[in-house]
Amino acid sequence: MEKILFYILALIMIVAAIASVTSRKMLRSVIYLLFVLIGVAGIYFLIDYNFLAAVQLTVYAGGIIVLVIFSVLLVHHIEMELEMAKLSKKIITAIACLVGLGVFLATIYSTNFNVVENSKTTTVEDIGRGLLSYDAGGFILPFEVISVLLLAAMIGAIIIGKGDKLTKNDDTL
Amino acid sequence: MDISYIVFIPLIPLAVFLLLGIFNQQIKPAVSGYIGVLGLATSAALSYYAAYQYFFVSGKVDGVYPTFVEKTVWMNFTDTLHIDMGILIDPISVMMLIVVTTISLMVHIYSRGYMHGDAGYTKFFAYLSLFSFSMLGLVLATNLFQIYIFWELVGVSSFLLIGYYYTKTSAVAAAKKAFIVTRFADFGFLIGILIVGYYAGTFDFQTLNAVNPEGEGLLFQWGASSFMGLSVITWALILIFMGGAGKSAMFPLHIWLPDAMEGPTPVSALIHAATMVVAGVYLVARLFPMYYFVEDGFALNIVAYVGAFSSLFAAIIALTQTDIKRVLAFSTMSQIGYMMLALGVSSYKGHEGVGYMASMFHLFTHAMFKALLFLGAGSVIHAVHSNYLKDMGSLRKYMPITNITFLIAALAIAGVPPFAGFWSKDEILVAAFEKNQLLYFVGLFVAGLTAFYMFRLYFGIFWGKETKYHHEPHESPMSMAFPLLFLAIMSIVAGFIPFSEFITADKAGFEGHLDLPLAAVAVGTGLVGIILAWIFYKKENDLAERFSNAFGMFYKWTFHKFYFDELYLFITRKIIFNLISAPIAKFDKKYVDGTMEGIGNKTVIISEKIKGLQSGRLQDYAMFFVSGVVVVALVFIYLWT
Amino acid sequence: MIAGISIYEIFTLTSILFFIGIYGFITRKNLISILISLELILNASAVNFVVINKYLYPDVLQGVFFSIFIIAVAAAETALAVAIIINLYRQISSVEVKDTEIMKY
Repeated sequence: MEKILFYILALIMIVAAIASVTSRKMLRSVIYLLFVLIGVAGIYFLIDYNFLAAVQLTVYAGGIIVLVIFSVLLVHHIEMELEMAKLSKKIITAIACLVGLGVFLATIYSTNFNVVENSKTTTVEDIGRGLLSYDAGGFILPFEVISVLLLAAMIGAIIIGKGDKLTKNDDTL
Repeated sequence: MDISYIVFIPLIPLAVFLLLGIFNQQIKPAVSGYIGVLGLATSAALSYYAAYQYFFVSGKVDGVYPTFVEKTVWMNFTDTLHIDMGILIDPISVMMLIVVTTISLMVHIYSRGYMHGDAGYTKFFAYLSLFSFSMLGLVLATNLFQIYIFWELVGVSSFLLIGYYYTKTSAVAAAKKAFIVTRFADFGFLIGILIVGYYAGTFDFQTLNAVNPEGEGLLFQWGASSFMGLSVITWALILIFMGGAGKSAMFPLHIWLPDAMEGPTPVSALIHAATMVVAGVYLVARLFPMYYFVEDGFALNIVAYVGAFSSLFAAIIALTQTDIKRVLAFSTMSQIGYMMLALGVSSYKGHEGVGYMASMFHLFTHAMFKALLFLGAGSVIHAVHSNYLKDMGSLRKYMPITNITFLIAALAIAGVPPFAGFWSKDEILVAAFEKNQLLYFVGLFVAGLTAFYMFRLYFGIFWGKETKYHHEPHESPMSMAFPLLFLAIMSIVAGFIPFSEFITADKAGFEGHLDLPLAAVAVGTGLVGIILAWIFYKKENDLAERFSNAFGMFYKWTFHKFYFDELYLFITRKIIFNLISAPIAKFDKKYVDGTMEGIGNKTVIISEKIKGLQSGRLQDYAMFFVSGVVVVALVFIYLWT
Repeated sequence: MIAGISIYEIFTLTSILFFIGIYGFITRKNLISILISLELILNASAVNFVVINKYLYPDVLQGVFFSIFIIAVAAAETALAVAIIINLYRQISSVEVKDTEIMKY
């Protein structure tokens, strides 16, 4: 059952991802991305990380995608078609990517992973304790750093997005 | 004896130079003249005081005039080989101090009148002060390298002064010629210094000139290595003499001196009569023990013969020149040849060192009367605005002071007693007679020639034909007349200074005496020359012309200075430039430059082709990055292991 | 653990997603599309962290934390990128890459 689910998810993700990077309509591209992100959330569910799946859904699917859609609507006409790269460039890139993928897979399949059979369930409490623990192996410091980073990003985004004042000061652009 | 104050003698002119040079535009000409004169007067007063202290207060120690040295190490190479900066006081440097400061002071005073109203008045005084500084530094140098430094400074300042009228093409050419010729000679000097530094291991004059109690030089141990049959130190001395010959306009490096007369006349008086041109004599005198003792004075013989030949050569040319300053220039060359000759025939010990003494004596008296001659000539030129004899004549009526002083100087240089030149020239002839009869007769002949051409000049300017002048010539102002009078007095009395008591090779001094028969012969020769000149030039007549026609070819050769300028031009232009320099330049341009430019051009072309890679698009870079990572990964995973 | 699914299969999936992201990053000509490709790359790596955590070291939670941090950083990055894109659009009325190649100067 889970096996079938995984294959379906994988198929959806790959198709959606390819569609996302090749679609000539901006908005559709974003929606295809949404499918991929939801697929990732599904994988998190499958491997029993429910909290992570929820975060993925809310932050990515709920936040980032909406943000991107907003920006698309702000800077694009819905029906506008995207300019595509030259065919030669596409081919070269595709070849490079396929070779890279080949290297990746060859390396992965030639490595013997020491898989531990388990069916452990992780609760939100474990994650919370781990994140806020200041014992050895605790993540309190990165957690705080990330919070500061988010604050800085927020302020930065506001200042850059405000725009007008910056434009006046920045004569060189 | 405390000698530290002597350091101010050169430093004051330097300060004046800096003051006048930096505030060139701010200082009024009248003030700058006074500053220059005042500075030199201070130096001169200090020099006189130093001379008095040295000769009369401090005096001899153990029967010898001591040498005082004060110096600091400037650059240290080894324990013995180091370049010092300092001052050295011994009889000849004290004497040179007096000569240089006196003449320089007179020239400064004279220039206030002569250069009056000139646009570069302040600049001129600045240059004069710079020159005085360099010359005084040269005189006081304690070692070969210091003397070389000031030697070059003298060269530069004389370049500036000769090229003072820099809008005149001939003056610029003359300045360049003087600089290049002396520079060429200095190249030899430098090599000589380096050889001495390498083999003797020191530059210091005192060490180089050291003499042991038996009266032998301590230098024989350096004679070991030899080159072409001569010891290397002899070669070094010959090369050093080459430098001296360049500055002193000895044959064959004399060609710059006549052209250098393009400078203002006070400059000629200062540089080309009294100071710079005797630097070569001073250099040989400074190293005299070395010259005398190394290999039995082989290098010294060269000095003697070069001096004698230059003296004769220049005297012959001087007979035919019509530019009065050029006559004086060749006369200077001739007299300096005399000094070299005297040095060359001198010995070291006691009375046998009469040549050395005579050379220094002649340097001293010659400075006085030759400066007087130049300043007198300047006074004449100032009055008639021409350098050429044909524009002059009967000036005695208009310029009495110049007439009298010029006559005194001419008598002095002709060797008529009791004027200064007689005494010193007589000593030279005595020295030559004792050592080498051939050189004696050359000297005697030159003495006759000297008397002849000097009086040719004198009669040509002040007597001779009545010339119509555009405007009445007038006597020069007091500022110009005073130096003439002062130097005239010096030309009379300088001969009575008992030089042999003060300045001798071994610094001990000896009782000088007049060798009557030789003196009579010399005076007789001089008088013959004067009488011949009187016959030829006293009244306007065509005797001289008939005479020169009789000589024909020889006269023409002499008039053109034996075509030496043309010879040098031929050698430099035709042979060096065309045959050596031009092909080398071509090779350099075509192959050396070509290779370098080719590399540059190829780089440009290749960059032009590959600059498209730098598109500025992030994605292109990302593609290169990804491809690169893939390739590197492939290499590391599959090929490397 | 997903029953019947080995770690290799999941790695294969994430590798494919990763390279699709790279392909998009290089070939797309629009700044927002590039941003989308970037999200694909980020997600592929985040899944890898989680999967390695679960399959190889089930007793610890580091992989999960890393994923959470990646999500946070991605959120911050997207917010900034969108702000920059909007600002850029205001100034040059375009979000095409070819119009923003002043990096070469």
